[in-house]
Amino acid sequence: MNNELPPGLALQKVDERIMTLNVGPQHPGSGHMRIIVQIDGDFIVACDPDPGYVHRGEEKMAEYRNYITNIPHLERPVIHDSCNILYPYVLGVEELLGIEVPERAKYIRVIASELNRCVYTMYWLAIYGIFLGHSTMFMWPAGDRELLIDLLEKMTGARVTHAHFVPGGVRNDLPPNFEDVCLRQVNYFEKRIKEYAAIFYDNPILIARTANTGVLSRQDAIRLGTTGSVLRASGVDYDLRKKEPYDVYDELDVHSNVMKEGDSYARSKIPWLDMLESCNIIRQALQKMPKSGSVRVKLKPNPKGKGLDSVYKRVESGRGSLGCYIVSDGKPEPYRLKLSVGSFRNLIALPYLLKGEKLGNMPAVYWSLNYWPVEADR
Amino acid sequence: MSVIAPNFKFSEFVKSILDNVFWILLIFALIGLPAAQIILFYIEMPVINGELLTPFLALTWLADPSRTLPILKAFMTTDLFKIAAFPGFGFAALIAAGTIFIERKMLAKLQLRVGPFYCGKFEGILQLMGDGLKLISKEIIIPAKADKPIFWAAPIIFVATAAAFVALIPVAPGWVVADVDVGLLAVFAIIGFFPIITILSAWSSNSKFPFIGGIRALHQMVSFEIPLILSLLGVVILTGTLNLSEIVASQSNFPWIIFLPIGAIIFFITILAELERIPFDLPEAESEIVAGWLTEFSGMIYGLVQLGTYLKLYAFAALFVVLFLGGWSGPMIWPPFPEEIITDGIVMGPITAKIPGLPIFSQEMLNGVLWFIIKTVGVIFFILLPRGVFPRIRIDMLLSLGWYKLIGLAFVNIFIALGLLYAGVLGPGGIL
Repeated sequence: MNNELPPGLALQKVDERIMTLNVGPQHPGSGHMRIIVQIDGDFIVACDPDPGYVHRGEEKMAEYRNYITNIPHLERPVIHDSCNILYPYVLGVEELLGIEVPERAKYIRVIASELNRCVYTMYWLAIYGIFLGHSTMFMWPAGDRELLIDLLEKMTGARVTHAHFVPGGVRNDLPPNFEDVCLRQVNYFEKRIKEYAAIFYDNPILIARTANTGVLSRQDAIRLGTTGSVLRASGVDYDLRKKEPYDVYDELDVHSNVMKEGDSYARSKIPWLDMLESCNIIRQALQKMPKSGSVRVKLKPNPKGKGLDSVYKRVESGRGSLGCYIVSDGKPEPYRLKLSVGSFRNLIALPYLLKGEKLGNMPAVYWSLNYWPVEADR
Repeated sequence: MSVIAPNFKFSEFVKSILDNVFWILLIFALIGLPAAQIILFYIEMPVINGELLTPFLALTWLADPSRTLPILKAFMTTDLFKIAAFPGFGFAALIAAGTIFIERKMLAKLQLRVGPFYCGKFEGILQLMGDGLKLISKEIIIPAKADKPIFWAAPIIFVATAAAFVALIPVAPGWVVADVDVGLLAVFAIIGFFPIITILSAWSSNSKFPFIGGIRALHQMVSFEIPLILSLLGVVILTGTLNLSEIVASQSNFPWIIFLPIGAIIFFITILAELERIPFDLPEAESEIVAGWLTEFSGMIYGLVQLGTYLKLYAFAALFVVLFLGGWSGPMIWPPFPEEIITDGIVMGPITAKIPGLPIFSQEMLNGVLWFIIKTVGVIFFILLPRGVFPRIRIDMLLSLGWYKLIGLAFVNIFIALGLLYAGVLGPGGIL
């Protein structure tokens, strides 16, 4: 009977020196998940991440709702990055239904997606700061995030769960005078996040603490299937915005940030560099965007797919490649919907990275993987 | 007020007292009267105007107002007052409370937020009282498998030890609770108690996270005690005494930080480590080990530990001031007491009131206390500041800092002190 118990509950015969720690789910340093850590003194011998505490069955739920009513619940796994998690779904549905999206809507999508990436990354950065005991780095991003949340509220009407992307474009046109407000706020935001370097990224204690911890080599990063900032911190130049441009990313000048070290410091710095890059992309998109025009193709009520068909689309989200696989059988509801999220793929690297590290490095390595527990559980 | 007791009625309060009047009188008879007897027998009574002042005569100021100030002054020279109020516990607790308020507001300003705001009319100044009331009213939960006597005793011993540390600090000339000749040795002895209390409380709670936190605290405190003691040897070499009051008196011209800056820096870093403040707050690292050795504490037990921590913070900051910044010495900025009030009395129209016993405090004492508070608050400010700037460091970085760097620097500091002594610049018989 003991063999059937979930991991961590079964009694294991271990060395007397080894202590098993259940970090989470009721722990300030875990999030909605549990890491079963076995430590020998101060060194981690083995680590077993145990996600699944916030599994909500999003994929199964999607099979009972039609293509439009799927929108608001599919963004729930990452409410801070709700535009990006809807992006592959919307692209997929557009291909299934054969819709051509207006040019202005594509630019609005890019702007909303980049703003949302910054909102998510600021939240992630705030938690990374408090995990390292840096309370100022918790408060500053949490406060500066408001700038972009205000912008997104002007754009979409909601502060976090926007439900802004719909098949055929975006739900609303931009409010009047949005371009000026957006440019001003983004410029100020860029100025603010550049100040973080002085207090956080150039802080000698932070560098001494996170450099050379949890080193993920280039080969291991590819072998383990990590994506996004984790992959790019290990020296692999793989940004879907450049490699597989979707919407209008091919018309914009996108620079993908790559670092070679592969340690916690590099993994924590890449999202910050990405935020600066996002500011550039938003400025370019604001410049190139058509000043007027339709933002949404009118759909028939209850649109249906064209017979048995499937589509896989992926975008670069705040946590890496985010894919959506939709199978349609000609009904108004998708036959099967699968989300392939970056969080879960990055979590796979955690046991390899934590083995042999010190217990004090656990939060730094764990959160540098850019992992969002709710998204991984879906 | 309504938040605390929504249905408070004075008549019911009086009625509840009247209902229990028997028990109140019984407790008073059983505890209060013996306590009064002990005070009468064992506490030395002051002599005023050639008359022994017994507790019964203490109330004679009601009949003879001119005795008020002499009685007050006599009371302030008693050990009871010194321990409970001025240079001792009450003063330290007041500075600790001010420290908590300053810490919260200062960090809030640094982090672009408001901080305590609603509790109290001015800028949330009563927030600490609210927190204290909350802690008192909360249930104290003790883990089932804890070693209960030790678990209960550890916070109380912690506060007591911190208070003993406070007792050794000279605040102004003659104003010190325990003026021992080996004051610095006593300080080292008291600092040596803290790791023992920490590991006792951590181990007795029989829980994994407190245990790891306790072990970390033990490593940290023990390895930083050595540079702490070594960094203070320079001052001892130059002054030739261990008495803290004499060390302050030796700095009437210049503070030792001018000649021993390395020792002062080492001592400041070890203060941060001993106090478990960021960047050395590993024993309480929340993202790794919940709250470290404080994890299982709840209610007022936790409040006691926090009180002890802030008393310790005040004591360490005051020790820094005493040893390196010249304690109470400083230019005379307190205005002198007007002479004509002593000689002529206060003239209010036709009435002239001569008040015997003025001034209550000498000008030197008030000036010294003012300088002491200014310097201590300054040091406390610099102890609080790293919390907003630095992340937490790791245990191996901490130990290598303590053992490799600080101890080596402490020896450099000692050589500087010895060099100054043998060159005849400073110390007994020096030219300065």
